[in-house]
Amino acid sequence: MLGQSIFGVHEQALSLRAHRTEVLATNLANADTPNFKARDFDFSAVLSGAAAGRSPGLQATHARHIQTSSAQRPTLAYRNPFQPSRDGNTVESDLEFARFAENSIAYQATLRFLGGRISTLRMAIGGR
Amino acid sequence: MFSVFDIAGSGLSAQSLRLNLTASNLANSQNVAGDPQAVYSARHPVFRSREMSFASQMNGAGVEVLGILESSAAPIERYDPGNPQANADGMVYAANVNPVEEMANMISASRSYQSNLEVINTEKELLMRTLTLGQG
Repeated sequence: MLGQSIFGVHEQALSLRAHRTEVLATNLANADTPNFKARDFDFSAVLSGAAAGRSPGLQATHARHIQTSSAQRPTLAYRNPFQPSRDGNTVESDLEFARFAENSIAYQATLRFLGGRISTLRMAIGGR
Repeated sequence: MFSVFDIAGSGLSAQSLRLNLTASNLANSQNVAGDPQAVYSARHPVFRSREMSFASQMNGAGVEVLGILESSAAPIERYDPGNPQANADGMVYAANVNPVEEMANMISASRSYQSNLEVINTEKELLMRTLTLGQG
Protein backbone atom coordinates (compact mmCIF):
# COMPACT_ATOMS: atom_id res chain seq x y z
CA MET A 1 0.00 0.00 0.00
CA LEU A 2 2.80 2.44 0.76
CA GLY A 3 4.19 2.12 -2.73
CA GLN A 4 4.08 4.82 -5.36
CA SER A 5 0.31 5.02 -5.33
CA ILE A 6 -0.68 6.22 -1.88
CA PHE A 7 -2.81 8.83 -3.58
CA GLY A 8 -3.68 6.74 -6.61
CA VAL A 9 -4.71 8.65 -9.69
CA HIS A 10 -5.59 11.79 -7.73
CA GLU A 11 -2.01 12.98 -7.59
CA GLN A 12 -1.78 13.19 -11.37
CA ALA A 13 -5.35 14.43 -11.59
CA LEU A 14 -4.52 17.38 -9.32
CA SER A 15 -1.54 18.46 -11.37
CA LEU A 16 -3.48 18.08 -14.60
CA ARG A 17 -6.37 20.10 -13.19
CA ALA A 18 -3.93 22.83 -12.13
CA HIS A 19 -2.46 22.85 -15.62
CA ARG A 20 -5.91 23.03 -17.20
CA THR A 21 -6.65 26.05 -15.01
CA GLU A 22 -3.67 27.78 -16.62
CA VAL A 23 -4.77 26.85 -20.12
CA LEU A 24 -8.32 28.10 -19.55
CA ALA A 25 -7.03 31.27 -17.88
CA THR A 26 -4.94 31.86 -21.00
CA ASN A 27 -8.04 31.54 -23.18
CA LEU A 28 -9.93 34.00 -20.99
CA ALA A 29 -7.06 36.49 -20.84
CA ASN A 30 -6.83 36.43 -24.63
CA ALA A 31 -10.57 36.76 -25.23
CA ASP A 32 -9.95 40.00 -27.18
CA THR A 33 -6.65 39.13 -28.88
CA PRO A 34 -6.93 39.05 -32.67
CA ASN A 35 -6.03 35.70 -34.25
CA PHE A 36 -5.74 33.96 -30.90
CA LYS A 37 -6.93 30.35 -31.06
CA ALA A 38 -8.48 28.91 -27.92
CA ARG A 39 -6.80 25.73 -26.70
CA ASP A 40 -7.57 22.93 -24.31
CA PHE A 41 -6.73 19.29 -23.74
CA ASP A 42 -8.88 16.21 -23.37
CA PHE A 43 -8.66 15.73 -19.63
CA SER A 44 -10.00 12.20 -19.34
CA ALA A 45 -7.83 10.90 -22.21
CA VAL A 46 -4.69 12.48 -20.75
CA LEU A 47 -5.50 11.25 -17.25
CA SER A 48 -6.18 7.67 -18.32
CA GLY A 49 -2.93 7.80 -20.33
CA ALA A 50 -1.07 9.12 -17.30
CA ALA A 51 -2.60 6.44 -15.08
CA ALA A 52 -1.36 3.84 -17.56
CA GLY A 53 2.12 5.35 -17.28
CA ARG A 54 2.18 7.06 -20.64
CA SER A 55 3.60 10.51 -21.15
CA PRO A 56 0.78 12.98 -21.88
CA GLY A 57 2.51 14.35 -24.97
CA LEU A 58 3.10 12.65 -28.30
CA GLN A 59 4.14 9.04 -27.89
CA ALA A 60 7.84 8.41 -28.54
CA THR A 61 8.04 4.89 -29.92
CA HIS A 62 11.74 5.08 -30.72
CA ALA A 63 14.68 6.02 -28.52
CA ARG A 64 15.71 8.82 -30.87
CA HIS A 65 12.32 10.48 -31.12
CA ILE A 66 12.23 14.06 -29.89
CA GLN A 67 10.29 14.46 -26.68
CA THR A 68 7.56 16.96 -27.41
CA SER A 69 6.52 17.67 -23.87
CA SER A 70 7.55 17.01 -20.33
CA ALA A 71 5.72 14.57 -18.12
CA GLN A 72 3.32 17.14 -16.72
CA ARG A 73 2.51 18.94 -19.95
CA PRO A 74 -0.16 17.45 -22.16
CA THR A 75 -0.28 18.38 -25.82
CA LEU A 76 -2.81 21.14 -26.35
CA ALA A 77 -5.37 21.01 -29.11
CA TYR A 78 -7.20 23.89 -30.73
CA ARG A 79 -10.83 24.31 -29.95
CA ASN A 80 -13.49 24.10 -32.65
CA PRO A 81 -15.46 27.32 -32.15
CA PHE A 82 -19.22 27.47 -32.51
CA GLN A 83 -19.09 31.12 -33.49
CA PRO A 84 -15.64 32.25 -34.63
CA SER A 85 -15.28 36.01 -34.81
CA ARG A 86 -14.13 38.19 -37.68
CA ASP A 87 -10.71 38.92 -36.18
CA GLY A 88 -9.72 35.24 -36.14
CA ASN A 89 -10.23 34.84 -32.41
CA THR A 90 -11.88 31.57 -31.40
CA VAL A 91 -12.35 32.24 -27.68
CA GLU A 92 -15.97 32.06 -26.57
CA SER A 93 -15.76 33.66 -23.16
CA ASP A 94 -18.92 32.25 -21.64
CA LEU A 95 -18.13 28.68 -22.70
CA GLU A 96 -14.56 29.06 -21.48
CA PHE A 97 -15.87 30.34 -18.21
CA ALA A 98 -18.21 27.39 -17.83
CA ARG A 99 -15.27 25.06 -18.41
CA PHE A 100 -13.17 27.03 -15.97
CA ALA A 101 -15.84 26.69 -13.28
CA GLU A 102 -16.22 22.97 -13.98
CA ASN A 103 -12.46 22.54 -13.77
CA SER A 104 -12.17 24.37 -10.47
CA ILE A 105 -14.97 22.27 -8.95
CA ALA A 106 -13.19 19.14 -10.13
CA TYR A 107 -9.94 20.47 -8.65
CA GLN A 108 -11.66 20.90 -5.29
CA ALA A 109 -13.15 17.41 -5.55
CA THR A 110 -9.67 16.01 -6.15
CA LEU A 111 -8.45 17.96 -3.11
CA ARG A 112 -11.21 16.33 -1.05
CA PHE A 113 -10.15 12.87 -2.22
CA LEU A 114 -6.54 13.61 -1.32
CA GLY A 115 -7.57 15.01 2.06
CA GLY A 116 -9.65 11.90 2.76
CA ARG A 117 -6.72 9.71 1.84
CA ILE A 118 -4.45 11.68 4.17
CA SER A 119 -6.85 11.42 7.10
CA THR A 120 -7.24 7.68 6.45
CA LEU A 121 -3.47 7.28 6.61
CA ARG A 122 -3.33 9.37 9.77
CA MET A 123 -5.89 7.13 11.39
CA ALA A 124 -3.89 4.08 10.36
CA ILE A 125 -0.66 5.60 11.72
CA GLY A 126 -2.35 6.56 14.99
CA GLY A 127 -3.65 3.02 15.38
CA ARG A 128 -7.25 4.14 15.79
CA MET B 1 0.16 26.97 -10.98
CA PHE B 2 1.11 30.44 -9.79
CA SER B 3 1.34 31.50 -13.42
CA VAL B 4 -2.46 31.78 -13.49
CA PHE B 5 -1.99 35.04 -11.59
CA ASP B 6 0.46 36.25 -14.24
CA ILE B 7 -1.89 35.27 -17.04
CA ALA B 8 -5.04 36.78 -15.57
CA GLY B 9 -3.05 39.79 -14.31
CA SER B 10 -1.82 40.50 -17.82
CA GLY B 11 -5.45 40.32 -18.94
CA LEU B 12 -6.43 42.81 -16.24
CA SER B 13 -3.74 45.29 -17.22
CA ALA B 14 -4.51 44.97 -20.94
CA GLN B 15 -8.23 45.50 -20.38
CA SER B 16 -7.68 48.44 -18.05
CA LEU B 17 -5.46 50.07 -20.68
CA ARG B 18 -8.30 49.54 -23.15
CA LEU B 19 -10.71 51.20 -20.71
CA ASN B 20 -8.25 54.08 -20.30
CA LEU B 21 -8.11 54.60 -24.05
CA THR B 22 -11.89 54.48 -24.30
CA ALA B 23 -12.13 57.12 -21.58
CA SER B 24 -9.56 59.23 -23.40
CA ASN B 25 -11.44 58.86 -26.70
CA LEU B 26 -14.77 59.81 -25.16
CA ALA B 27 -13.28 62.74 -23.24
CA ASN B 28 -11.67 64.10 -26.39
CA SER B 29 -14.56 63.33 -28.73
CA GLN B 30 -15.60 66.99 -28.92
CA ASN B 31 -12.11 68.35 -29.59
CA VAL B 32 -11.82 70.58 -32.63
CA ALA B 33 -8.84 72.07 -34.43
CA GLY B 34 -8.35 74.25 -37.48
CA ASP B 35 -5.91 71.77 -38.98
CA PRO B 36 -7.07 68.21 -39.80
CA GLN B 37 -3.62 66.90 -38.84
CA ALA B 38 -3.65 68.52 -35.41
CA VAL B 39 -6.96 67.18 -34.09
CA TYR B 40 -7.22 64.25 -31.69
CA SER B 41 -7.78 60.90 -33.35
CA ALA B 42 -9.31 57.84 -31.69
CA ARG B 43 -6.81 55.44 -30.11
CA HIS B 44 -7.23 51.71 -29.78
CA PRO B 45 -4.91 49.09 -28.29
CA VAL B 46 -3.55 46.18 -30.30
CA PHE B 47 -3.42 42.97 -28.26
CA ARG B 48 -1.11 40.07 -28.82
CA SER B 49 -0.81 36.73 -27.10
CA ARG B 50 2.39 36.51 -25.07
CA GLU B 51 3.70 33.24 -26.49
CA MET B 52 7.01 33.26 -28.25
CA SER B 53 8.65 29.91 -27.77
CA PHE B 54 7.47 26.38 -28.37
CA ALA B 55 7.66 25.74 -24.64
CA SER B 56 5.28 28.55 -23.83
CA GLN B 57 2.76 27.19 -26.33
CA MET B 58 2.57 24.12 -24.14
CA ASN B 59 1.88 26.32 -21.14
CA GLY B 60 -0.43 29.20 -20.65
CA ALA B 61 0.39 32.59 -22.03
CA GLY B 62 -0.98 35.95 -21.05
CA VAL B 63 -1.82 38.89 -23.23
CA GLU B 64 0.32 41.92 -23.97
CA VAL B 65 -0.33 45.26 -25.60
CA LEU B 66 1.63 45.39 -28.82
CA GLY B 67 0.94 49.05 -29.37
CA ILE B 68 -1.65 51.74 -29.61
CA LEU B 69 -3.15 52.40 -32.99
CA GLU B 70 -4.43 55.83 -33.89
CA SER B 71 -7.48 55.71 -36.09
CA SER B 72 -6.81 56.79 -39.67
CA ALA B 73 -10.42 57.79 -40.29
CA ALA B 74 -10.82 61.34 -41.60
CA PRO B 75 -11.72 63.97 -39.00
CA ILE B 76 -15.24 65.38 -39.18
CA GLU B 77 -15.26 68.65 -41.09
CA ARG B 78 -17.61 71.37 -39.90
CA TYR B 79 -18.28 74.96 -40.95
CA ASP B 80 -18.03 77.02 -37.77
CA PRO B 81 -16.60 80.50 -38.50
CA GLY B 82 -17.38 81.75 -34.98
CA ASN B 83 -15.04 79.23 -33.41
CA PRO B 84 -11.68 80.76 -32.43
CA GLN B 85 -9.95 77.64 -33.72
CA ALA B 86 -11.48 77.86 -37.19
CA ASN B 87 -9.07 78.20 -40.11
CA ALA B 88 -9.14 80.91 -42.78
CA ASP B 89 -12.08 79.27 -44.56
CA GLY B 90 -14.08 79.07 -41.32
CA MET B 91 -13.76 75.29 -41.10
CA VAL B 92 -13.02 73.28 -37.94
CA TYR B 93 -12.08 69.60 -37.80
CA ALA B 94 -13.55 67.47 -35.02
CA ALA B 95 -12.03 64.29 -33.61
CA ASN B 96 -12.93 61.12 -35.51
CA VAL B 97 -14.25 59.38 -32.37
CA ASN B 98 -17.30 57.19 -32.87
CA PRO B 99 -19.15 57.29 -29.52
CA VAL B 100 -21.20 54.17 -30.26
CA GLU B 101 -18.06 52.16 -31.02
CA GLU B 102 -16.44 53.49 -27.87
CA MET B 103 -19.40 52.50 -25.70
CA ALA B 104 -19.36 48.98 -27.18
CA ASN B 105 -15.61 48.81 -26.52
CA MET B 106 -16.16 49.98 -22.98
CA ILE B 107 -18.71 47.26 -22.24
CA SER B 108 -16.52 44.59 -23.82
CA ALA B 109 -13.44 45.72 -21.87
CA SER B 110 -15.35 45.80 -18.61
CA ARG B 111 -16.74 42.29 -19.18
CA SER B 112 -13.29 40.93 -19.99
CA TYR B 113 -11.81 42.68 -16.95
CA GLN B 114 -14.46 41.06 -14.76
CA SER B 115 -13.82 37.60 -16.15
CA ASN B 116 -10.07 37.91 -15.53
CA LEU B 117 -10.78 39.11 -12.00
CA GLU B 118 -13.07 36.14 -11.44
CA VAL B 119 -10.29 33.82 -12.62
CA ILE B 120 -7.92 35.35 -10.05
CA ASN B 121 -10.45 34.99 -7.24
CA THR B 122 -11.20 31.38 -8.11
CA GLU B 123 -7.51 30.57 -8.33
CA LYS B 124 -6.89 32.19 -4.96
CA GLU B 125 -9.63 30.06 -3.45
CA LEU B 126 -8.17 26.91 -4.98
CA LEU B 127 -4.68 27.69 -3.71
CA MET B 128 -5.96 28.44 -0.22
CA ARG B 129 -7.69 25.06 -0.17
CA THR B 130 -4.54 23.40 -1.45
CA LEU B 131 -2.54 24.98 1.35
CA THR B 132 -4.80 23.45 3.95
CA LEU B 133 -4.59 20.00 2.35
CA GLY B 134 -4.09 17.30 4.97
CA GLN B 135 -4.91 19.52 7.92
CA GLY B 136 -7.73 18.33 10.09
